[in-house]
Amino acid sequence: MKLFAYTRATEQDVAVNTVSRNQSAKFIGGGTNLLDLMKENVEQPNQLIDINSLPLSKIEVTRNGVRIGAMARNSDVAYNAIIQERYPLLSQALLAGASPQLRNMATVGGNLMQRTRCYYFYDTAMPCNKREPGSGCAAIEGFNRIHAIFGASDQCIATHPSDMCVALAALDAVVQVQGPKGDRQIPITDFHRLPGDTPQIDTVLQHGELITAVDLPNLPFAKRSHYLKVRDRASYAFALVSVATALDIENGIIRAARVAMGGVAHKPWRAVAAEEILVGAKVNQETFRAAAEATVKEAKPQKHNKFKVEMAKRAIMRSLTEVGEMA
Amino acid sequence: MKLRIKRRRFGQLMIASTLVTAIANFPQRTFAQKKLLSPTPPSSMEASSVPVKLRVNGAEHALEIDPRVTLLDALRERIGLTGTKKGCDHGQCGACTVLVDGRRINSCLTLAVMQEGAAITTIEGLAQGDKLHPMQAAFIKHDGFQCGYCTPGQICSAVGLLNEGHAKTDDEVRELMSGNICRCGAYPNIVNAIQEARSQQT
Ligand SMILES: Cc1cc2nc3c(=O)[nH]c(=O)nc-3n(C[C@H](O)[C@H](O)[C@H](O)COP(=O)(O)OP(=O)(O)OC[C@H]3O[C@@H](n4cnc5c(N)ncnc54)[C@H](O)[C@@H]3O)c2cc1C
Ligand code: SF4
Ligand code: FES
Ligand code: FES
Repeated sequence: MKLFAYTRATEQDVAVNTVSRNQSAKFIGGGTNLLDLMKENVEQPNQLIDINSLPLSKIEVTRNGVRIGAMARNSDVAYNAIIQERYPLLSQALLAGASPQLRNMATVGGNLMQRTRCYYFYDTAMPCNKREPGSGCAAIEGFNRIHAIFGASDQCIATHPSDMCVALAALDAVVQVQGPKGDRQIPITDFHRLPGDTPQIDTVLQHGELITAVDLPNLPFAKRSHYLKVRDRASYAFALVSVATALDIENGIIRAARVAMGGVAHKPWRAVAAEEILVGAKVNQETFRAAAEATVKEAKPQKHNKFKVEMAKRAIMRSLTEVGEMA
Repeated sequence: MKLRIKRRRFGQLMIASTLVTAIANFPQRTFAQKKLLSPTPPSSMEASSVPVKLRVNGAEHALEIDPRVTLLDALRERIGLTGTKKGCDHGQCGACTVLVDGRRINSCLTLAVMQEGAAITTIEGLAQGDKLHPMQAAFIKHDGFQCGYCTPGQICSAVGLLNEGHAKTDDEVRELMSGNICRCGAYPNIVNAIQEARSQQT
């Protein structure tokens, strides 16, 4: 690990100014991703600004929905009564991620910013365009079982590893950001990028910008929602494929639908094609199958992850069936 | 999840060689800015150590440490509390689990400097004198271990689990103990031990 200077910030403005002035400075939240990567010399900040003392961990009901502070711990969000009642898919997604110890440390802001788990990204002996632009992508010709089936480029085929972000994508959450030039709001589906020719850039967040909160809009039908995660072992593993679904059903007809996927792309993947098929259709297996098939139609699997296409299809159908059966 | 069980013998202590480059990289201008945080360590970084006070099992420890030292290494190498174990050093095994303000965390993925002011409890701090913590007693009674390497982490994690209060059934205990890997596979007895300690809670 490279040496860095450490400071604990007590004011947001000061934290933002300090990081914006130093290209090599970073905020540290729970540290569960950043320290992991620093130990591997994948991240090498020369200054860490500890934001754990900033008063940003409240979860509060607002006029338009619920605001979750960026420093709220993943476990506190998951077990929050309002979140469990109004947005069960978010609670389920969080509890499907990492372990209880890690969830006690991990913050909402850090979870949004966590980096890919592509093994070549972690391995500094291997070429990786995300870690070292221009060095090549070891995964494309290498072992790519965990990689993307949607939206990849010839520069990078990594996936975004977060469970929480998949639920946020289904909910159309909005990320609140404070930067050196003021505040701005970023819709969650625009927050993470596709790799394109610049896979080293994961999100649209600029250096020095601090995530202060995530807003969940009111979405009454999100009570009827579900998060399904498929992985190599029953717990404490990243998703091979995950699905977040919510359905607004009236008299057996779907009035509105949300479908988002994890483990399949460089960003949480909103399955728009599935939603279009679901809206106005009857709640039955044909509808769900059509939605799942429409989603995977544009899939472009790699050599070792063809199984993800069928897995994605079945996961969508199973999750929609669960939601369809909820009273 | 990628399992990366690399044992680092020198861990966080092998730092001296990287120091020089780090000083050279350090942006001088940060010191001149107003309303910016003056970084720690201050302008002369040759010492590369910062004063940190840690409160562990009720006792204060004033340390001078490199900011890179994790809480795990501070506990083991500086304070001499070697009950907390290092398995993976990457958040993947739970051997390093301790309680911070009553909540279980992985001490390998937090810096010691970040834990100033917190109440840290390690396996050494659970018993009251000669009287074992009920969770320790239950692990012994149910043989909740074989080699014992994961056990301090298992017990601290189990105490954290009871504090949280979200597990009732065996399946829930298993799921909420999934952050602690036992290479010996003592899982059935661990679940039994936790269930007994849970049933004795008042
Ligand atoms: C063994 C293991 C298993 C895991 N399994 C899963 C899993 O199954 N599912 C899953 O979703 N996740 C999983 N994770 C990842 C975990 O969820 C993330 O590490 C965690 O959410 C990161 O949050 P943090 O607060 O610790 O971030 P940090 O490590 O503190 O920071 C991560 C990044 O975010 C930046 N950052 C932090 N806060 C802010 C902010 N407010 N504004 C701007 N930038 C910020 C930091 O500068 C840094 O670049 C796992 C992690 C480990 C180690
Ligand atoms: S897939 Fe992306 S992260 Fe993985 S090696 Fe290729 S460029 Fe790097
Ligand atoms: S040593 Fe394995 S989780 Fe910390
Ligand atoms: S008792 Fe040996 S690893 Fe758990």
